[in-house]
Amino acid sequence: MKTKDFKKPTKTQELTYELKVEQVMCKDVTTLKSDSTMNDVRWILKDKKISGIPVMDDDKLVGIITTEDLIICLLEDGEIDEEVKNRMTKNVVSVYSDEPVVQVVSKFVKSGYGRFPVVDREKNKLIGIITKGDIIEGLLKQLEIEYHKEEILRERANHIFKDVVSDSSILTLKYLVKGGDFKKAGEQTSKLRKSLVRLGFLPETIRRVAIASFEAEMNMVIFTPGGEIVAKIQPDTIMVNAMDSGPGIPDVKKAMRKGYSTAPDWVRELGFGAGMGLPNIKNYSDKMTLESKVNEGTNLSFIIYTKRNED
Amino acid sequence: MKLDEIISILDAELLCSIEEKSNIEIIMACGADLMSDVLAFIKSEALLLTGLTTPQVIYSAENSGVDVICFVRGKLPPTETIDLAIEKKIILLATKNPMFESCGRLYKNGVIGCSEFGKQ
Repeated sequence: MKTKDFKKPTKTQELTYELKVEQVMCKDVTTLKSDSTMNDVRWILKDKKISGIPVMDDDKLVGIITTEDLIICLLEDGEIDEEVKNRMTKNVVSVYSDEPVVQVVSKFVKSGYGRFPVVDREKNKLIGIITKGDIIEGLLKQLEIEYHKEEILRERANHIFKDVVSDSSILTLKYLVKGGDFKKAGEQTSKLRKSLVRLGFLPETIRRVAIASFEAEMNMVIFTPGGEIVAKIQPDTIMVNAMDSGPGIPDVKKAMRKGYSTAPDWVRELGFGAGMGLPNIKNYSDKMTLESKVNEGTNLSFIIYTKRNED
Repeated sequence: MKLDEIISILDAELLCSIEEKSNIEIIMACGADLMSDVLAFIKSEALLLTGLTTPQVIYSAENSGVDVICFVRGKLPPTETIDLAIEKKIILLATKNPMFESCGRLYKNGVIGCSEFGKQ
């Protein structure tokens, strides 16, 4: 099996760029003085369940002392009353609170250290400490927050028809389509699709609406100067209108025939324009009408009867 | 069939993976260069083999419920297609094998066609 390095970051990697050190660091920092003893170190490590302590003299970061230093001290038959300054790492690598987490991740990898003191860039003061564990915890929290955001949106939208009071409610969603913009062709249907997911429609219903709307959007991009897709959504019906401002279809009957197409070669090379679009729309919808006037425009509408996820 | 197996049968490269879909199971596949055909005939959760690499391939997959696309004939998609695939959570593979051979290899190993699905 051959696998290639991912060209694009995963969501987690993306978050390491977005999150700043101050969002994930531990703010409650226990410090020691350089004349504290290794015995003090032992008790703090045990009581606080941490693995490293910054060493400060008069507000100045002068070193860092870790579990490893303590073990080495004991292994070398050092005195437990020995002063911290003899055992600590003196050239401390610290990070700034406004650095993105990704830089710290790379510093962890390069240095092999287990923690970095965090310093405020302007005041040059110690304000926290960061470990790999803090980063993992911060990332998980952020992922959960983003997941919840989508859940809340879905939850809200899912109840919209129950929450509004009326004899009948119709939700209208309008999407503008630019003609000729092949790069963006499909984007508007994708938005409609996302909204239908949030509204709680069943996957099969969404699939039918999305495919029909995508074909309509492609037609609009390929053949017209542009137009709009308007979806009128009710709990049991989704009606979509795709309206454009020209050039119109001279023979609607012919256009509905499978395989009939007036698409230029460049469109066919892109995988469309083989005379399947309109028949596809008809296939996936329960009702479809197509009105067109040459030089004026086309109005395609289709209806899909829906099933919704009732909770 | 697991994704790893598909990759090894097709001698494919993984262009973009989606963490939550790494355990995906592939039962059937569809090979087409015509997106309207894809939209007309493909079933949800099928693997799509295609020589087209435009963003519309991703939209076609999204709209028809396809989670994995394999580009054949050594075609590599432009960045906007990969970006869109990541956004829409669609796994992308690429193989140097041509369409017929790719389909043949998968079929020989038990991946069925969309029209056969449900007929067993």
